[in-house]
Amino acid sequence: MQLTGQNSAPFQYSSGALEEVKALMGRYPEGKSKSALIRALHIAQEENQGWLSIPAMNHVAEVMGITPIEVYEVATFYSMYNLEPVGKFVLEFCQTGPCAIEGAEKIIEYTKQKLGIGKNQTTPDGLFTIKQVECLGACGYAPMMQVGEFYHEHLTTEKIDQFIEDCRAGKIDKGTWKMH
Amino acid sequence: MGRKLLLEHAQVEGIHTYEVYRKHGGYRSVEKALKTMTPDEVVEEVKKSGLRGRGGAGFPTGMKWSFLAKPEGVPRYLLCNADESEPGTFKDRYLMEKIPHLLIEGMITSSYALGANTSYIYIRGEYAWIVFVLERAIKEAYANGWLGKNILGTGYNLDLYVNCGAGAYICGEETALIESLEGKRGNPRIKPPFPAVKGLWQSPTVVNNVETIAAVVPIVNDGGDEYAKIGIGKSTGTKLISASGNINRPGVYEIELNVPVEEFIYSDQYCGGIKNGKRLKACVPGGSSVPILPHYLVCKTANGEDRLMTYESLADGGFASGSMLGSGGFIVYDEDQCIVRNTWNFSRFYAHESCGQCSPCREGTGWMEKVLHRLEHGHGKMSDIDLLADVAKKIEGNTICPLGDAAAWPVSAAIRHFREEFEWHVNEPVASQQRNYGLVKEPTAAV
Repeated sequence: MQLTGQNSAPFQYSSGALEEVKALMGRYPEGKSKSALIRALHIAQEENQGWLSIPAMNHVAEVMGITPIEVYEVATFYSMYNLEPVGKFVLEFCQTGPCAIEGAEKIIEYTKQKLGIGKNQTTPDGLFTIKQVECLGACGYAPMMQVGEFYHEHLTTEKIDQFIEDCRAGKIDKGTWKMH
Repeated sequence: MGRKLLLEHAQVEGIHTYEVYRKHGGYRSVEKALKTMTPDEVVEEVKKSGLRGRGGAGFPTGMKWSFLAKPEGVPRYLLCNADESEPGTFKDRYLMEKIPHLLIEGMITSSYALGANTSYIYIRGEYAWIVFVLERAIKEAYANGWLGKNILGTGYNLDLYVNCGAGAYICGEETALIESLEGKRGNPRIKPPFPAVKGLWQSPTVVNNVETIAAVVPIVNDGGDEYAKIGIGKSTGTKLISASGNINRPGVYEIELNVPVEEFIYSDQYCGGIKNGKRLKACVPGGSSVPILPHYLVCKTANGEDRLMTYESLADGGFASGSMLGSGGFIVYDEDQCIVRNTWNFSRFYAHESCGQCSPCREGTGWMEKVLHRLEHGHGKMSDIDLLADVAKKIEGNTICPLGDAAAWPVSAAIRHFREEFEWHVNEPVASQQRNYGLVKEPTAAV
């Protein structure tokens, strides 16, 4: 996994997010506030257009009082962190066993064709990125994809058409990693 | 229909709220435990219940609890493993989404039993919205005096928090979960020391699955003996089964641990039979890691006995002709499914999820994925089949954590039972791209 975005835009948490990260750090015993890192990165990713640039990770390290390498180590381990820029809507399709036998491959192929992009690519208008991920725990409601905080299940080509239209019309709620 | 101990009220409107949950008998186990029982008495009831870990390993919960070290002046922790990631498994999600207070109640009662004053629920990051379902419920529990200082005036204190992951199957392994909760990569630790001695921040720690902790509620309410009356032998109580695949009624079912597999697949109370009137080809009864069973070993054991949904019956015949109850991730395959493709799919999953610490797993999972890919896509050689079996055998038992075994078992089992289908892929590289093999023949020797 390679880190990118060395020279990308500077990053700082919004004041609300900074307050929340500090509150999260306070949940742990003294000296153990690093436990808040994973959630702090989710919040940073959300505030940095959906991905973790080097400046974003460095800022998280500074806020949490840890070294940047401790943040890079974690950011490169977990699959939910995007280390490159992504579109506004990241369509994360489950491709594992139970989804696969219920037609996930066809749905993924259909969506790729429709949007004219492949895996890990973003449409030129910056709206959509397609990711293929492993089991999301929705096997009984297959095929499915995750977009932001929410799951979209029992997918059909008609549902994909409608979903993409709704995204373009700004009608899709991606949820948030901030306290709600 | 059997008794429901966990999901009895799952369909009640508003059961996710404190008021409705409380009205339906919620938080009684906390009252009973804190006011009338010592912590050791709670542990004793759990031992009597015969409850076994519901995450997959099936280790007796009461015994796990009694291993917890209790040195003076050192905090102890209870961690709830809500990192549900085993392909085929989605029961914990269902429970947390529908009845979050049941998990919170179980966490309070269990934490009291273990003498923990701070506990954490570690939930996989993809279940993002459930983080907030749980946090809302925790806030309600604090507001009503079930969490915080001096709970029910008993002097017992407990703080409960939700901690999330960010996409890593390995964090369901308990020491990887602890590493992740400490804000690090999810690399499993070498054991010993076990978490019961040195776990979270080097303190004694118990890690239990969501369903295990929820089951403590009815055990304390009704007594361990009552719980143990349900089920057969060492498979006591009820179990949540996540049913998926080519069936008419996929979903989460709470069953008593005595239901015949045939009834579970074909009864309209459960899976409702195979979709589109197709025939059953295979079944993975306990999540992707457990051995796959061919159609003739699903409903009957090799001895011709009815197979039951219990730890023992599903394992009957060992790996030669049995499987495991595992996490209860019950995946059903119809006659149109390709076992080679499915095995490749699972091996890709494990190759992706290997943390990379141990060479046999890091290299072996990738190697198996590559070989299976070429077999599935019509470029395989006959020797590849034995190669696969050999690589799987060399991963098994040679890694720090069980991910290596979990990756090896599905491959070994697929070759064991579906060898003719693998050979067909080699012999008929063109035909195997155009159609599926259908059912495998039952070996006459096995009858």
